[in-house]
Amino acid sequence: MTTRPRKQIHLGIHFPGVNSTTVWSDPDSGSQIDFDSFEHLATRAEAAKLDFFFLAEGLRLREHKGRIHDLDVVGRPDTLPVLAAIAAVTERIGLAGTINTTFNEPWELARQFATLDLLSGGRAAWNLVTSPDAFTGENFRRGGYLPYAERYERAAEVVRVARALWDSWDDHAVLADTATGRFLRDAGVREVVHDGTHAQVRGTFTTPRGPQGHPVLFQAGDSAQGRDFAARTADVIFSMHSTFEAGRAFYDDVQAHLVANGRNRGDLKILPATTVVIGQTPDEAHERAEHIRRQQVSGPTAIAFLEQVWGRDLTAYDPDGPLPEVDPDVENISITRGRVRHTTDPLAVARAWREQAEANRWSIRDLVIRTTTRGSFVGTAQQVADDLDRHVQEDASDGFILVPHLTPHGLDDVLDQVIPLLQERGSFRSDYTGPTLRDHLGLARPDPASQHAAAELTA
Amino acid sequence: MSQHSHPRSRSDRTRSVHLGVDLTDAGAHPAAWRTLGSQAQRLFDAQRLDALVATAQRGLLDLVAFDDAFSLQPVTRHGVQGRLDAALVASRLAPRSAGIGLVPTIDTTHTEPFHVSKAVATIDHVSRGRAAWQVGWSTTQQATDAFGRKAAQDEVDAIDEAGEVIDVVGRLWDSWEDDAEIRDRATSRFVDRDKLHHVDYEGIRFAVKGPSITPRPPQGRPPVVVTATSDEALALAARRADVVRLRATSLDDALAQRARLDDLAGDAGRSTDEVRVLVDTYVVLADDESSARARLELLDDLEPSSWATDSLVHVGTAGALAETIETWVAAGAVDGFHVRPSSLSTDLDVLVHRVVPILQSAGLFRTAYPGRTLRDTLGLTRPANVFAATA
Repeated sequence: MTTRPRKQIHLGIHFPGVNSTTVWSDPDSGSQIDFDSFEHLATRAEAAKLDFFFLAEGLRLREHKGRIHDLDVVGRPDTLPVLAAIAAVTERIGLAGTINTTFNEPWELARQFATLDLLSGGRAAWNLVTSPDAFTGENFRRGGYLPYAERYERAAEVVRVARALWDSWDDHAVLADTATGRFLRDAGVREVVHDGTHAQVRGTFTTPRGPQGHPVLFQAGDSAQGRDFAARTADVIFSMHSTFEAGRAFYDDVQAHLVANGRNRGDLKILPATTVVIGQTPDEAHERAEHIRRQQVSGPTAIAFLEQVWGRDLTAYDPDGPLPEVDPDVENISITRGRVRHTTDPLAVARAWREQAEANRWSIRDLVIRTTTRGSFVGTAQQVADDLDRHVQEDASDGFILVPHLTPHGLDDVLDQVIPLLQERGSFRSDYTGPTLRDHLGLARPDPASQHAAAELTA
Repeated sequence: MSQHSHPRSRSDRTRSVHLGVDLTDAGAHPAAWRTLGSQAQRLFDAQRLDALVATAQRGLLDLVAFDDAFSLQPVTRHGVQGRLDAALVASRLAPRSAGIGLVPTIDTTHTEPFHVSKAVATIDHVSRGRAAWQVGWSTTQQATDAFGRKAAQDEVDAIDEAGEVIDVVGRLWDSWEDDAEIRDRATSRFVDRDKLHHVDYEGIRFAVKGPSITPRPPQGRPPVVVTATSDEALALAARRADVVRLRATSLDDALAQRARLDDLAGDAGRSTDEVRVLVDTYVVLADDESSARARLELLDDLEPSSWATDSLVHVGTAGALAETIETWVAAGAVDGFHVRPSSLSTDLDVLVHRVVPILQSAGLFRTAYPGRTLRDTLGLTRPANVFAATA
């Protein structure tokens, strides 16, 4: 392996989301709505030559105990219009956005992404998600929701139709010959006919093929179904970073899935999301990280987190005191709606947490801080650069999506201090080598010949 | 200057004339893309659009508008085919412009009201209060087939549904009170949830729970623009629009429509001062009338079907257009004009560099934007929040 050429690290930056990772109580915390915040993060990331800017979405405000959750940052603008606006103030950085396939129709999605790709000169990416709940569906015409398995069936069908629509315009379909008056090349645009289970689409698409052919497709891979879907379909898999060992195992598993699906190793970039905290010394970095964790988990946030498992009102408990003696109410596990739940056996979880807390003399807040701490890179700039690079060179990932804890300045120091070190060691670009996001990620442009794959959908 | 001597008793006689311009395709004439300077090869290029908006902004125009539809333009013999999503175009243009309103057409027949609401709110956020929404609806089989989700609707039904969508979109904008975000460190609360509201909309065709995921836009409610293409559309405009685009071919026609609009708005409990009325006007402009006619002949020769227009057409000089604008506004038929240049590369420049200065010297048109938002420019107040009012 020593002769293998140095892998190039791919880095995205995540605009802070509406969850407790994002600290709003800090005096340096800025607006999550004002365009200035988006412009700052995107232009700083572009100056550091990052691959892409990433924006998440949610389609219903979270509710807890029947009321809107009020302890975390809440409220955000619409994903695609924000990315289109960022395209105006940047030139190279990729623009990735989360868009749901359950509550959007393929015709509209395809034209929105083709438009974003054209307006940005080939920088669009779609992080495809599916929606699990009727709760979100209450905001939409189709209401209801899809059974778990059908969510990915619909997603696959939506992607297939979108790709057929993008491919229904040849790359050079627009002739615009002013002399002869021919605007479109003969047969340069074909009708698409799709009569499927989840979508029925027929027509001549409205929007020219974008510079990338297809926008880059991201897919979250933390669930088994998501991983399978990504291995078949996506260009980038977006996961949660935990440890080096877990990353290695995940990486190998995804590569095996990829090959099993007839694709090549490397066709799918694996980019876990992670936080990064640096300091002048290792101790200072760890102190900062601990300070941030305490900001992220306020007393009321710790109680609300516990209530998700207990299914009861625990506001009478002191967050700096011991865990509740009372057992969870197993009949009331959907106390929080609008976020993914992982707890399957609340009684067992409560028992384990009580034991842990007693053994370590942890308060409720201490326990929640420890329980919700995910893998992170903490250290001096040099240590973090070494560690990030090791993960990539040793195939625990192909890079990372960096998640700031503060809007919009939370990673300014990391961009200023860590990126130059990665560049020095030859693991990260010192300038962009091409105009499109596919160029940045080293992904092939879908060949117009791949349009034959869509032939079944094209009349 | 006019024999139509029934000027309306407008309280604010010093108000500027309002001027919008349509930047769809290469111009309103199907052959516009073939004319010199049309940049036909760059029709889908953001920099071309930036330059057009910069020109319109130099003229202090109220707004630029972009048509949209889910179906490809019909095949004329030589016309433009292909469109970008108008909402994303408007958003892309926001950071590089100031003062001028950005008005995309967004469909209500096949889209999700929840998505429409946050898209327009977001254009308003990124432009710091310069968005408006031109309400679209679809009656074509092509649009229906593109979505494959419901049967084609006739115009009456589609307009009725558009009314429902406007209603729920407005409520979603109001679902966040302006001061809902509190960042109260003492209680660890980011928002005051008593100022976030479920809209609980149960319509005939859809239900929306709310609240929006996007905080209330800077204008509170970005202006709603409705084009009065039929009696039903005029009635919808009277009930729901902040800006009405009339289709009229004569001053008498416009006066009659305005009177009907005012009556219907009154019936709906609205004051006529809450509504701005523009007339769609197709223009072919030149230094003298014969040159303008020659320009139109050239365009018509390139596209050998005659130019089908559905509203006022002005083929002539900048001065004559300024005179028409003055006459129609003085008569109280309209508050301004929505100009559809036959060819953007020529007519937009003449509008900005010739027509606007004439109107300015006559004291009829602004010499600076009066404020920061499109509502400021239109002289429309920022609306109260329906949820705050009833709280």
